[in-house]
Amino acid sequence: MTVFVPACLEEAFDAFDKCPDAQLLAGGTDFMVEVNFALRRPPAVVCLRKVEELKGWRLEHAEVVLGAGITYAELMGPQLSDLLPGLAQASRTVGSPQIRNAGTLGGNLGTASPAGDSLPVLAALDARIVVASKKGRRSLGLDELIIGPKRTTLGPGEVIVEVRVPAALGSQEFLKVGTRNAMVIAVANVALVVDWAGQSVRCALGSVGPVVIRARDAEEFISSRIDWARRTLTDEGDVAEFTALVRSAARPIDDHRSTADYRRHAVGVCAQRALGRVLADHNGGTWEQTSWAS
Amino acid sequence: MSTALGTRRRRLGESAARPDGVPKVRGEFAFSSDLFSEGMLWGHIVRSPHPAAAIRGIDVSEALRIPGVRAVLTSDDVPGRKTYGLDYPDQPVFAWDVVRYMGEPVAAVAAVHPETARRAAAAIIVDYAPTEPLTDPVAAADAEPIHPLGNVLHRQRVRTGDPDAAGTVVVEGRYETGMQDQAQMGPESGLAIPAEDGGVDLYIATQWLHIDQEQMAACLALPLEKVRLHLAGVGGSFGAREDLSMQVQICLLALRTGRPVKMVYSREESFLGHVHRHPAVMWYRHHADAGGRLVKVEARIILDGGAYLSTSTAVTMNAACMAPGPYRVPNAVVEAVAVRTNNPPCGAMRGFGAVQVCFAYEAQMDKLAAALGLDPVELRLRNALKPGDSLITGQVLRGTAPVAEVIRTCVAAPLPAGVPMTTAELELPGGAGRTADRDRVRRGVGFAVGIKNLLYGGGFDDYSSARCRLEDGVATITCAAVEVGQGFVTLAQQIARDVLGGVDVVLAPPGTTDIGSAGSTSASRQTWMSGGAVQAACLAVRDRLLKSVSSRHGVPQETLDIVDGRVVSLDGQVDIPISEAARGDVLEETVDFHHAPTAELDVDGQGDAFVSFAFAAHRAVVDVDLDLGLVRVLEIATSQDVGRVLNPVQLVGQLEGGIAQGVGLAVMEEIVLDHGRVRNPSFTDYVIPTALDMPPVHIAALIEEPEPGSPMGAKGAGEPPMVSSTAAVVAAIRAATGLELPRAPVRPQDIALAGSGPGPVAGSGPITQEVSP
Ligand SMILES: Cc1cc2nc3c(=O)[nH]c(=O)nc-3n(C[C@H](O)[C@H](O)[C@H](O)COP(=O)(O)OP(=O)(O)OC[C@H]3O[C@@H](n4cnc5c(N)ncnc54)[C@H](O)[C@@H]3O)c2cc1C
Repeated sequence: MTVFVPACLEEAFDAFDKCPDAQLLAGGTDFMVEVNFALRRPPAVVCLRKVEELKGWRLEHAEVVLGAGITYAELMGPQLSDLLPGLAQASRTVGSPQIRNAGTLGGNLGTASPAGDSLPVLAALDARIVVASKKGRRSLGLDELIIGPKRTTLGPGEVIVEVRVPAALGSQEFLKVGTRNAMVIAVANVALVVDWAGQSVRCALGSVGPVVIRARDAEEFISSRIDWARRTLTDEGDVAEFTALVRSAARPIDDHRSTADYRRHAVGVCAQRALGRVLADHNGGTWEQTSWAS
Repeated sequence: MSTALGTRRRRLGESAARPDGVPKVRGEFAFSSDLFSEGMLWGHIVRSPHPAAAIRGIDVSEALRIPGVRAVLTSDDVPGRKTYGLDYPDQPVFAWDVVRYMGEPVAAVAAVHPETARRAAAAIIVDYAPTEPLTDPVAAADAEPIHPLGNVLHRQRVRTGDPDAAGTVVVEGRYETGMQDQAQMGPESGLAIPAEDGGVDLYIATQWLHIDQEQMAACLALPLEKVRLHLAGVGGSFGAREDLSMQVQICLLALRTGRPVKMVYSREESFLGHVHRHPAVMWYRHHADAGGRLVKVEARIILDGGAYLSTSTAVTMNAACMAPGPYRVPNAVVEAVAVRTNNPPCGAMRGFGAVQVCFAYEAQMDKLAAALGLDPVELRLRNALKPGDSLITGQVLRGTAPVAEVIRTCVAAPLPAGVPMTTAELELPGGAGRTADRDRVRRGVGFAVGIKNLLYGGGFDDYSSARCRLEDGVATITCAAVEVGQGFVTLAQQIARDVLGGVDVVLAPPGTTDIGSAGSTSASRQTWMSGGAVQAACLAVRDRLLKSVSSRHGVPQETLDIVDGRVVSLDGQVDIPISEAARGDVLEETVDFHHAPTAELDVDGQGDAFVSFAFAAHRAVVDVDLDLGLVRVLEIATSQDVGRVLNPVQLVGQLEGGIAQGVGLAVMEEIVLDHGRVRNPSFTDYVIPTALDMPPVHIAALIEEPEPGSPMGAKGAGEPPMVSSTAAVVAAIRAATGLELPRAPVRPQDIALAGSGPGPVAGSGPITQEVSP
């Protein structure tokens, strides 16, 4: 087996010239599990760790540009958790410290699991994902990159290079339901972003469909019901309608991790709590005082 | 290092350090999966992907053509008996004609590289005709037999008193427990080396070397002495290694190829390749008088034994005999049946039949207390067994039975403080997922008591052999007792030092070649049995030593003692190092230690079938997210009847470890089956508690009443922590939610989608408020 360790993207592309069916390896936290289970037998491997263009992050105007090789541990760092609080929170829920030190954002996208924890946040932030190959670059929305469970539109030799998201956009929440208190695959996860300036709420649901789902009806409804000047809801009854719309957006299945009914229920509860927290924060109160019993 | 050496010298009653502790922590301890031999091949087992199928043919030609493949074996290649089993050999080494569970071995391969072996395994074409699997244990007994021996593996009735007796208050329920896995960290692994004499040496992680040897010899058609087992480093077992795993197959491969063969199960294969805890369906009816005294217990218990017998007989016996729990019950009508299904085979796991029934009888006790308007703890105290009482099997408790003491001390432990508003979100239900809404979290407190029989019983003449050899002032202990992590290696040294006055102790590697059987590392028995054997062997050596010193120096033997490695007399006349005292003689004694005999149960389940019993109480405090059904276990308080504490740190390890598995069964651990197919054979999906799920354990009391008949007064302590901790946690969740929750593990949907329950009951309260059970 040939292993390439390119130092830059050009070298990575060259590797694909030599071995067109080579496979990309980032942190290996998904890749090696598949190798161990004999589900993947790579003929050649292109290691991305040393590729300069995939490392770190930078601010460009009001956008954060995240290298695909950024790890969860890095996303949880002090600066990024201010700029992208939702993504930092999602990162905190991923695996264990070892996994967070090795696992990357690019790998989460590459795996395209319906349960990937960074994905709902990226969806709610309307992230743009830049992919490149020898042939050039493209910029994709999450729904254009990930089109099914573990299915992406990445072409042969195409590498995810970076992810572009707005910096410090409004309020952000991420909640993840699992069957234990840590180190668990999401049974359901929810990201909620309230863009105060743009007067919109965005809500994305994970693990309740083949791909991450934006609860568009729920978003539109609740955006229209918020008193944007006072940053409150005019009618608390609207929360129930919001929750119902979130639930109906979900398309969950029964499997060995949970049931469709529970998943649908759980995204409703999580979205409602996320909204409650976001609104409470902006009323200067604590979310304990303003959370709604369901 | 000086502290480690210091603690290592400690005697009984003190926290001596494990001799294997430092190497294990440093990653230097060789587990069975680390074995290596020059020129070895790698073995791989081909397993059935179907829970039920006819085998129409097996074509191995393709596999044999792969370069590097050295052997492919099927049932035709088994020279001896084609089946094995701990109680009765009904389990095929390799299936022929029919497969009865997903994961059943069908063929095995040896090749020069593990990947070659895997590819060869994949190239074997087994022509299966899948059939409809029998997977419902409740229907199994009356269903078409899936094995020539029928679908009833064992039926155990226990009847006492008047079957028509009735109480004024009657409560009933149907309870279920799921299929738990031992989830031992070390996967099954071994190394078989063919020997010049036509025999084989097997280095293996197991629980009982000599029983493996017996079963293997029959299948390999070799005399016992040509099947030599040597213990390899065991990475946990909890019952998973009681049955044979790869032992026969790997030796067949080694004998066929004439090369050493190593095999290591993958995690998935480990889940498919060992037995699990029997899932149970249990119907209970409790009768009590108005004063809260139990009048009668009726129980019907169905245990899913899966495809083969394994230890189902003894598990069923335990479940039936322990069916009412640690309570006085004058009248009982109990039937426990283990059935055969196309689900994975079930057998030994920590708690062994006592766990399932505890979940049910303790739920019944809480129901009964509610029906009587009595405090649940008071109800338990009114019925608690005490010495001189009889079990429903008619066996009178002649040993210690501090049931009331474990209850009283456990409930007296202070409750943990309410969760303040400032608690880190990580500590709320849902943990790292940050899902909790504090207003929607309820606290519950639950309590449970359990009984576990210790050691083998039912008329089985159980024993352990040990040898002590004193040479040049060093005692070498030889015993085949398997160290699975429980700490026998520490204890054996402590015992030898205790008896031989601080002598240096070396443990010989356990195997079948140098010593007789030590019995199984299970049933909470090794401290008592092999500890007893080591003690007896050391005492015999001590006696010989002191006798010879006594006659040589003309001092009465009773005045001699061994202190700090020297033989000394009371009057100070004699004071010589052990090495000199023996005058160059090698003193060696081998002892078989037997426990008091037990009897088989009669048709009504009557008889003195057990040697001893241990009791434990657990109080669980949980926080529950009412909407999401997520649970945080905050604390487990426990009191346990231990007889005598021989090593405090190791004892705590047993309590904490057993409770971790109990918490796991209560809220997350379950092998999920879909028509007989295992859906979660990985640590991704078979979840066990993490550090964030495992609560602090508060040991309220260790009740030390030395057990008569136990060589050092100690009772086995490994299983009781597992028996009632699950029941306590689920009781606490019931208290928080007001739901019946008749099934463990409790899944989030069982709480969140239960609809509007009757509302929180006594024992629950808002999160910030302290309550007593
Ligand atoms: C114990 C454990 C716990 C885990 N817990 C979680 C969890 O809680 N939440 C969660 O979401 N995930 C979890 N995971 C999965 C995994 O850690 C994440 O999906 C992680 O983001 C994968 O990143 P990686 O760098 O390790 O990717 P790799 O394993 O190296 O690669 C994953 C896939 O992405 C492809 N790939 C990698 N980089 C690129 C790129 N730049 N361009 C194109 N394709 C690329 C690879 O070819 C491969 O197909 C867990 C895994 C383990 C082993």
